[in-house]
Amino acid sequence: MESSGSLRPIVIPGEAVGGPGLKPGPGTYIEGGQVFAAQLGIRNEHDGLVSVIPLNGRYIPQRGDAVIGEVVDLGPSHWLVDINSPYPAPLHATESPWRVEFGDTSRYLKVGDVIMGHVLSVDEIKRVQLTMQEREARRLNGGIVMEISPTKVPRVIGKQGSMISLLTELTGCHIYVGQNGRIWLDGEDRDTAVAASAIRLIEERAQSYGLTEAVRELIERERRSTTGPRPA
Amino acid sequence: MSEEIVSDLMRAHVYRLASTGQRVDGRALDEPRKLSLERTYVKTAEGSARAKLGNTDVLVGIKMSVGEPYPDTPNTGVLSTSVEMVPLASPTFEAGPPRPDAIELARVVDRGIRESKMVNMEKLCITPKEKVWIMFIDIHVLDYDGNLFDACSYGATAALGSTVVPAKTQGLGDDFPLPVEHWPVSVTTAKIKDVLFVDPALDEERMSDARITVTTDENGDIRAMQKGLSGSFTYDEVKRIIETAQRVGRGIRPLLRSS
Amino acid sequence: MEDIEHIEKQMKLIRADGRRLDGRKPDELRPVRIEAGVLRRADGSAYIEWGGNKVLAAVYGPREAHPRHLQDPARALVQCRYNMAPFSVSDRKRPGPDRRSVEISKVISEAFSAVVFREQFPRTSVDIFIEVLQADAGTRCAGLTAASVALADAGVPMRDLVASCASGKIDGVVCLDLNKEEDNFGDADCPLAIVPRTGEIVLLQMDGHLTLDEFEKAMELSIGATHRLYEMQRDALRRRYSTTLEDILKEPPPLPAPPAPEFEPPPPPPEDDFGPEGI
Repeated sequence: MESSGSLRPIVIPGEAVGGPGLKPGPGTYIEGGQVFAAQLGIRNEHDGLVSVIPLNGRYIPQRGDAVIGEVVDLGPSHWLVDINSPYPAPLHATESPWRVEFGDTSRYLKVGDVIMGHVLSVDEIKRVQLTMQEREARRLNGGIVMEISPTKVPRVIGKQGSMISLLTELTGCHIYVGQNGRIWLDGEDRDTAVAASAIRLIEERAQSYGLTEAVRELIERERRSTTGPRPA
Repeated sequence: MSEEIVSDLMRAHVYRLASTGQRVDGRALDEPRKLSLERTYVKTAEGSARAKLGNTDVLVGIKMSVGEPYPDTPNTGVLSTSVEMVPLASPTFEAGPPRPDAIELARVVDRGIRESKMVNMEKLCITPKEKVWIMFIDIHVLDYDGNLFDACSYGATAALGSTVVPAKTQGLGDDFPLPVEHWPVSVTTAKIKDVLFVDPALDEERMSDARITVTTDENGDIRAMQKGLSGSFTYDEVKRIIETAQRVGRGIRPLLRSS
Repeated sequence: MEDIEHIEKQMKLIRADGRRLDGRKPDELRPVRIEAGVLRRADGSAYIEWGGNKVLAAVYGPREAHPRHLQDPARALVQCRYNMAPFSVSDRKRPGPDRRSVEISKVISEAFSAVVFREQFPRTSVDIFIEVLQADAGTRCAGLTAASVALADAGVPMRDLVASCASGKIDGVVCLDLNKEEDNFGDADCPLAIVPRTGEIVLLQMDGHLTLDEFEKAMELSIGATHRLYEMQRDALRRRYSTTLEDILKEPPPLPAPPAPEFEPPPPPPEDDFGPEGI
C-alpha cells in the first residue's frame, strides 16, 4: 500500500537498469550488451521497454510539441523565439496566423511578446522551426508565465489530463502547459498565485506517491489562508 | 523566460501587483528579503562571511598583508575591494575581466565601508610612511537572484566584523580583532514606472528603470549613495527612499553586528 | 598568514608511528562531504568539502555555444572553467585565470568529454564551472568529483559519473590524498580520474619522482578511493530528492493529522551544518 511521502527509487547515470527481455528506451544506453541509465531519474518499465524518466534536463524540441515562447529578436520576415531549449527557434512570417508584409513583422509581434505556438520541424542537426497555425496558437496577454523543469511537464498534465483538470477546477484558472516547461496561468492574481504554488509542489515532488492529495490539500489551505497565497 | 529580455506579460504582472502594494514573492514594497549570515566560513582568509539575501548568495573573504601606505595617506592602512561575478552564479555572467557593472558594484560597496569609517584605518598603521596593513575585500558572487549591492555590502560588513588581524605571523605582537567602529548598512531601492521596491529580486531588477543604493550609519546619517540605470527619480522620491533606507537599515544593522 | 614553514627545509611528514602529521594512515582519505543541488540559477550544482577544501561546482547547458565560430555542428562542446577565489589560499591570489587554472580547466574538460553523450546536442556547449572557495591541495580532484554530481543534477546525459582522487609520495612512502603540507614538501603527486564502472582513466597527471612500483601502488590507492567517492556521489544525488512530502508541508495546517505511514521512514540524512540555507 502506497502512503503519502514514499518515493520511487532513483537511478544515476551509469547504473545498470536492464532486466530479462527488456529493450532500452529513452534515458538509457547500451554498452556491452547491457542497459544502463544515461540520466539521473526514475527507472520505469512499460511495454517491454525500460526507460529512465529524468528528474532534470533541458527541453529538447520535438515536432508537434506545444510550446510557450518569448520573442527575443526579429527580422523583416521572421521572429526569433526563446523556447527554453539549447536551440533558438525561428518563426517565419508565413507560419504566423497573419498576412505579414515584408518588413512589417514588428506590427504583429514585438520583442518581449509571449506566444503559444508549436514546433513545426526539427532537422537532423536539431534546427527548429516554429508555427502558429494550429488552432490554439496565439499571443498571450495578461496572467503569468511560470517555468518548471521540462521533465516534470507530464506530471503537471497527469494521466489523461487528470492533474491539470484538478488544478483548473480547484483554482478557476485557465492553464496552458507548454512541453518546454513553460506554463501560462490566466485568472485573478490570487488564483494564479495559488495555482503557481501547486505547480511548484508538483515540480518539487514529482516522483512521490500521493501527490494528488498533497496538491488538493495545499490549494485548500492556501484558499483558506487570510494572509494571501505563498510566493509563486 | 528569456534570461536577458523581460516579457511584457511579466512586466504587466509585476506592475499590476505593485499598484496594490504587493510583490510576486508576497513581500511588501518596503520589505527586504530574509538575510542569513555565516561568519568565518573560509579558514584561509583572515575574515569571511557568506551572505544570503533571499536566494542571492555571496561569499566575502578578507585577506590582510603588510605593505607600503599610499603616499598621500602615510599613516593609514590600505583598503581595496573587488567583486568577481563568476559565471557559475548566473547564465548572464561571462568569464573575463570585470565589466563596468562589477567595477561599479565593488566601488559602491567600498565607498559605504570607507566613508562610514567602519574600520579605524589609523590603527592599521605599523610604521608611519613605511609599513601598514593592506586589507583586501574580495567578494565572490555564488548565486545571483537580484540586488547584489546589498548582498555584497552585508557580506563585506559581516566579514570585516569578524576579521582578526594576523599580527603574530608578521612578528608584530598578538593577533587582534580588526578595529571596527561603525556599522554601515546599505539599502537598495528600485523603481519600475512610478513604484518603488526595496531589495529588488531578480525579476524586479531586470525590469527596473532606475535604482538607488543608500548607505547609512548607526545615527541614520548618509555615508554613501549611488543612483544607477537610465531612468530618473524625483526629489521627493529620493527623500522618501532615504527615510526608508534609514528605517530598513535600523532593522538590518543588529544582524550585521552580531557574531 | 605567511607559511613560516617555508623557511625550514626538510620537514618530517611521516611520524615515528607511521602516521602522517594529521594522524592519517598512508591509505586514508580525508573526510569528504558532498551536497547536490545547492544553487538556484545553475541548471545543476554540487558542493564538496574534502579535508580543508571547499569547492563549488555548477553546470549550465546544454546551451547555445558562444562564440558561434567555436560551435561543433556534430556534437556539444564540454567546457570547464576552474577558478580559485582570491581568499581561498594563504597568500591572496589575484582574481582571474592564471596558467595553472587554464591547464586544470583543460584537463577537466577533457575528462568529462569522455563520458557526456555529446552527439545528442550538436552546436551547443555544456559549461562546467568550478570555484575553489578554500584550498588545501587536491582541489582539481575535489572539483572534478563535485562537477560530476553537478552534471548529473543538471540532467546532462552521461555514460557514468567520474570520480577523482590523487596519491603521492611523502618521506619515501606512497600515500593517498595529500594535504597542502604534504603536497608542498612531498616527493610526488599523481591526480587521477576514472569512470567507476569501467575503470577507464580519463585524467592522469603526475609530477615528482616515482618508480614504476611506486606508481602502481599509488594507482591502487587512488582507484580504491574513487570507488568510495562514487558511493558518496550517488548518495548525494539520492539525498537531493529524498525529503518526503511531509517535510515541505511544514507549516502547521488546520487539517486532520495525516494517517500514520505504513512504511519504514528513510534514515535521517547525515549532519548538514553548512547547508545552503546559511546559519
